[in-house]
Amino acid sequence: MIEEVGTTTEGDLVINVGPQHPATHGVLHLVITLNGETIKKVEPHLGYIHRSIEKMCESLTYRQFIYVTSRMDYLSAHINNHACALCVEKGLQVEVPQRAQYIRVIMDELTRIASHELWWGAMAMDLGAFTPFFHAFRERETINTIMEETCGARLTMNYMVPGGVMFDLHPDFQKKVKAFIQQYTSKINEYDELVTGNIIFQNRMKGIGYVTKEDAISYGCTGPVARGSGVASDIRKIAPYDVYDKVEFDEVLETGGDSFARYLVRVKEMQQSIRIIEQLIDNIPEGDFQAKTKAVLKLPKGEFYQRVETARGELGVYIISEGGTTPYRIKFRSPGFSNLSILDHMVRGHKIGDLVAAMGTLDLVIPDIDR
Amino acid sequence: MTNEELKSTLGELIPSATFEEGGEWVNLYVPLEEWKPVALQLRNHPSLQLDYLFCLTCVDWKTHFTIVYHLSSTAVRHNIVVKVKVDRNNPTIETVSDIWRTAEFHEREVYDLFGVTFLHHPDLRRLIMPDDWKGWPLRKDYEDPVNMIKL
Repeated sequence: MIEEVGTTTEGDLVINVGPQHPATHGVLHLVITLNGETIKKVEPHLGYIHRSIEKMCESLTYRQFIYVTSRMDYLSAHINNHACALCVEKGLQVEVPQRAQYIRVIMDELTRIASHELWWGAMAMDLGAFTPFFHAFRERETINTIMEETCGARLTMNYMVPGGVMFDLHPDFQKKVKAFIQQYTSKINEYDELVTGNIIFQNRMKGIGYVTKEDAISYGCTGPVARGSGVASDIRKIAPYDVYDKVEFDEVLETGGDSFARYLVRVKEMQQSIRIIEQLIDNIPEGDFQAKTKAVLKLPKGEFYQRVETARGELGVYIISEGGTTPYRIKFRSPGFSNLSILDHMVRGHKIGDLVAAMGTLDLVIPDIDR
Repeated sequence: MTNEELKSTLGELIPSATFEEGGEWVNLYVPLEEWKPVALQLRNHPSLQLDYLFCLTCVDWKTHFTIVYHLSSTAVRHNIVVKVKVDRNNPTIETVSDIWRTAEFHEREVYDLFGVTFLHHPDLRRLIMPDDWKGWPLRKDYEDPVNMIKL
């Protein structure tokens, strides 16, 4: 773990974790000040994968810029696209066909399961358990294959466009999603026995990285990080978009505030996603999958803000339009950026070995933070 | 609170504020010199309770900068947008990182990409760009012949 060692005047040890380190899951660079084995300070250094997506979007049209956003949070590309499409639709005041709304929500929830599965496998692997990673990837690959049939891509889907979705569903889509749900629900108990109930896993997670409710709000934490501390922050409940107001699901809240609480939130959220998909998959209405829009989109002068719930938390798309074909300024409020800011606060006083157990539960995706 | 109620409460609380029409949330401009005390009031006022800053960014309008704060209340679930105009040649504004801790990172990002100085910020350094980077990339007049491709 130690790549470069230096001591400060007080005799503290300063070590670098990253930018190339397996536990950071990307190019995140942490400068950690240690006193013995106890963490005194963690300082994230960002920008190793900064592409200035906000600047790029200023010269791309409202149809083009959505494709760039798949590259932000690559584990929930569908949801990023969804946020942008909704924001443009808000400006255009386009009514999206019911069929497209159903498809979008099903895709979002499949993405959420795939993203949480990857996190679940990687989290266990960070703590030394290698087997869950294979289980998680089996589920994730199944979802990716379903996506590939409809969208033509496994990672950067670019499927949601202003007005609806790009193509209609693949004829096998419903059958395969149902088969996936059946396979997945038959395995859930096995996964719980393997990881959740594992005493070594619990000992490493419980009491680590404690975040109070007040801190979670003040640091702008969203998603499972906030909900693990008991902050109700699910945008799907607060400001429902598309057909989220028609489906029944529970917002998962845990009050533990530690790493284990955040773990439980994500595991339970996957079951809620299954619940949402089950309600929608048989009821996709017939009709158009895309509303008729002009070839060149022009947003009226003004400001448009759209919030959606990604797998990591609240994603905000803020478009300022001057009436042209390209945005004057665009801002992506990424969930990972705010969630990362609490890392220093939550690991201070812990041992260096617990850093990974705390950082893993933030579910950081670095291209989403750097943008 | 509904937008009308928010508007009247905010109008009483901040007499110098001007409201902007349009948009789904209440938009208000606050004078630069009053921003810090106003920000404290917004968070602590019993009927506002705007304890969650969900977006902080800056817009380059070529003549001036606008710092945009999107605020929300986790208790009462209303949102407002506060805008503060800042001089473009000497952009300085008081930090709010002691009021909303998330602002510390967001202000560093705005400093990094726009060159806005946040007074009394605990650690104002470049966050994303390298420490020795010249210029402020998200400004409208920024030119980089190497890394920027004109479409």
